[in-house]
Amino acid sequence: MTDLLDLTFAEARAALIRKDFSAVELTRAYLTAMEQARTLNAYVLETPEVAVARAEESDQRLAKGEAGALEGMPLGVKDLFCTEGVRTTACSRILDGFVPPYESHVTERMRKAGAVMLGKLNNDEFAMGSSNETSCFGAPINPWRRKGSDAQLVAGGSSGGSAAAVAGRICLGATATDTGGSIRQPAAFTGTVGVKPTYGRCSRWGIVAFASSLDQAGPIARDVRDAAIMLGAMAGFDPRDSTSVDREVPDYEAAVGRSVKGLRIGIPREYRVDGMPAEIEALWTRGAEQLKAAGAEIVEISLPHTKYALPAYYIVAPAEASSNLARYDGVRYGLRVPGRDVTEMYENTRAQGFGAEVRRRVMIGAYVLSAGYYDAYYVRAQKVRTLIKRDFETVFADGVDAILTPATPSAAFGVGEMSNASPVEMYLNDVFTVTVNMAGLPGISVPAGLSAEGLPLALQLIGRPFDEETLFATGAVIEDAAGRFSAERWW
Amino acid sequence: MNAPSRTPASSKLISGATGDWELVIGLEIHAQVTSEAKLFSGSSTAFGAPPNSHVSLVDAAMPGMLPVLNHECVRQAIRTGLGVKARINLQSTFDRKNYFYPDLPQGYQISQYKSPIVGEGEVAVDLPGGETVMVGIERIHLEQDAGKSIHDQDPSSSFVDLNRSGVALMEIVSKPDMRSSEEAKAYVTKLRTILRYIGTCDGDMEKGNLRADVNVSVRRPGEPFGTRCEIKNVNSIRFIGQAIETEARRQIGILEDGGSIDQETRLFDPVRGETRAMRSKEEAHDYRYFPDPDLLPLVVEQAEVDELAAALPELPDAKKARFVSDYGVTPYDAMVLTLERESAAFFEEVAAGRDAKLAANWVINELFGRLNKEGQSITESPVTAKQLGGLLDLISENVISGKIAKDLFEILWSEGGDPRELVESRGLRQVTDTGAIEKVVDEVIAANPDKVEQARAKPTLIGWFVGQVMKASGGKANPQAVNDILKSKLGI
Repeated sequence: MTDLLDLTFAEARAALIRKDFSAVELTRAYLTAMEQARTLNAYVLETPEVAVARAEESDQRLAKGEAGALEGMPLGVKDLFCTEGVRTTACSRILDGFVPPYESHVTERMRKAGAVMLGKLNNDEFAMGSSNETSCFGAPINPWRRKGSDAQLVAGGSSGGSAAAVAGRICLGATATDTGGSIRQPAAFTGTVGVKPTYGRCSRWGIVAFASSLDQAGPIARDVRDAAIMLGAMAGFDPRDSTSVDREVPDYEAAVGRSVKGLRIGIPREYRVDGMPAEIEALWTRGAEQLKAAGAEIVEISLPHTKYALPAYYIVAPAEASSNLARYDGVRYGLRVPGRDVTEMYENTRAQGFGAEVRRRVMIGAYVLSAGYYDAYYVRAQKVRTLIKRDFETVFADGVDAILTPATPSAAFGVGEMSNASPVEMYLNDVFTVTVNMAGLPGISVPAGLSAEGLPLALQLIGRPFDEETLFATGAVIEDAAGRFSAERWW
Repeated sequence: MNAPSRTPASSKLISGATGDWELVIGLEIHAQVTSEAKLFSGSSTAFGAPPNSHVSLVDAAMPGMLPVLNHECVRQAIRTGLGVKARINLQSTFDRKNYFYPDLPQGYQISQYKSPIVGEGEVAVDLPGGETVMVGIERIHLEQDAGKSIHDQDPSSSFVDLNRSGVALMEIVSKPDMRSSEEAKAYVTKLRTILRYIGTCDGDMEKGNLRADVNVSVRRPGEPFGTRCEIKNVNSIRFIGQAIETEARRQIGILEDGGSIDQETRLFDPVRGETRAMRSKEEAHDYRYFPDPDLLPLVVEQAEVDELAAALPELPDAKKARFVSDYGVTPYDAMVLTLERESAAFFEEVAAGRDAKLAANWVINELFGRLNKEGQSITESPVTAKQLGGLLDLISENVISGKIAKDLFEILWSEGGDPRELVESRGLRQVTDTGAIEKVVDEVIAANPDKVEQARAKPTLIGWFVGQVMKASGGKANPQAVNDILKSKLGI
């Protein structure tokens, strides 16, 4: 059955329509693989009954020739997406045992397109982290290992479970969310493709909120084409999310393989950060050459406010989070730790329900919003955000079609390796990705090569608002030029 | 902002042991918006439903739920702004006010802190003495109501009812322009009238649909504002007056004893007749306001504002002015008649084609008097405008006397019927036949020779004879005819 697991969704889709195998067979192959891969700790909840039932429905639709865009696709769902009747915890103790009576808009759309949910995937608690080590279920393990080493590596975060599961071939694609890099960084660490769409492209309804003005759902997939197919099913207007944009969803898959001839690709000089490893530098140069070889024009650009993005992000995101997480108070659902009075109940519940990183960010957020500090921190950070956005608008107005940068400053690191590092060192993982969230732009992370240690490295492409198509077109060029990589199965 | 905005009027000052004090009052009125659905969810706003039966996933703040603005509430706020002649802000924003409380599921209230939908306006407040005072409106903003905590159902825990959670409120903030409890009460009364006219809040204070936070400070006339205290959540116009008086006396007492006022939030206890400290400025919450990232800035087109302005009903002030000029009633009567839109309409129906002053008199004194006594509203009146108009016609046609008219009103109130038919069937028609009246007059004069003597010496005693004649005629004799005949027969 191993063959089935090696297919991309585009390949499996064709085979399902040809009836080479059934959706149930495909799903069962994945369910078996999941059992064998529990050491990866990618799933925090497996839902085999749901999966088989939905695969059977898929087979019925396939038999009638009514296949949806994701028909029969074995899908993993990040535990941040509320799933009707299926436990959803955001990998936090505070949502212990929470079973939502509703389905997120994005997963609802995917289900209607025929996707088969295999289970819920690990993530950093409330999506706060860059290594998935803040999850109350422990970190998922990266299917990749350094050459000649069996040290366990992180899969990145916060969508580490999604990335590990796709790379580990225990789902064909996974939903993920990205607030500061949470799709692109884990995709980069695991040799998978991750897309953070334009803010407003996917509805946030039913996704546990981290930072409302930055959060976006997107896919993690085996390759660019699968990512395009998935995003096509995930995106769409939802009147229940006031920030959702009512705009037609283009045929993203059609953009894969589209010529990039004549496109202007910007190389931002400010992304050449101090201490960047030579192999990342080389990867970046090679990516530019690959695009140039495909007919694109490479131009150097300046995004002058880049260096302020990370500090500003770590004001805006915690501020919103501190307020978004206020609803977890032990009153209506999830964990409640009793106290002598209601205040003590709040304190006990939140102290025991939230992990250290979440508590840290709630505290930072409350601080930057507090009287006397609001103007100095929050207001100033919002101004910086406007300037960052303007930087991008300026280069796009100058005719740049997409921007090429490294996705991460390094390859995947070891589990526990950063445990003694300061939170700020961990936050530096997001240095190339946060600007995109701050400006609300689309970004894609595409595997572009392997490090000297044999680990995947990735490049990021940043596009104009709602121009995901150019990202799929340029991303496919990098993907084709770099070749495909997959992790050796050791589990 | 702290400049004295009005010249102190000596009649409104409070005299203390060490001299006169001027009261300065500002009000924050929380008015529940009349709407089918809540401010950010589709749940019903109906009152009196079983606990937690009007609660959506959004109202309960389930994970991943998002607010979606109910535009009808926006339109209601704009109407209200137009009703107080205020500037409508075409762009406004919603902010989060963060605090923990079990009946606040989100852990924050969505409100408009920095830029409200309605800016400055003003309300003309009519005082019983006929004086009109202008009270400035600082702003009106939209916000969510909280749920209700219930503490008396269980010895060890509290219950929460979220039916109200998320219902739209308008917070109407006045400028510190009021100088007496009378003015404050009249302001709330007027504001309530305006809200009810335009249908944006039912003004039902018993259901808590209109409640006030009262800011009170005192100062020596002409001096800058004193330190204020805020009395939270006062829920009747009478209590607003009492709370202000009580708080003013407390503050004056402290200041005259050489103390100083602490800025704090207080509660009014009507049973004990005192205000009590709730929390001091130091204990005040830091609400960590910031723009709600789940909601886009609220943008309203001028065309929509114009459309709402055009559809606005005639407002109380305009109606009052029209009543004075068209019907010739006094400004005070016009104010009383226009207090409720329905009362004004009732009056206009009665006054149409009739003596408007007589109509005003009857509507205010007889009808409103009786309705007040029975605790009924104009819409519940057993006497219709058509009936009252018919009654007035009978007076004007000299078919009945004013006294008989009052009896007829009683019959209409308790039994109903057509006034003209009732006059015929009950024999209430007044006697204008002078022969018949003369006969009665002669009988009364004959029976009271001593009184006749006295009346000739003291003509005012004629009143006694009029009374006797009216009594003998069963009240039906025309009083003017009786008077005339008596005068000639008595020779006075």
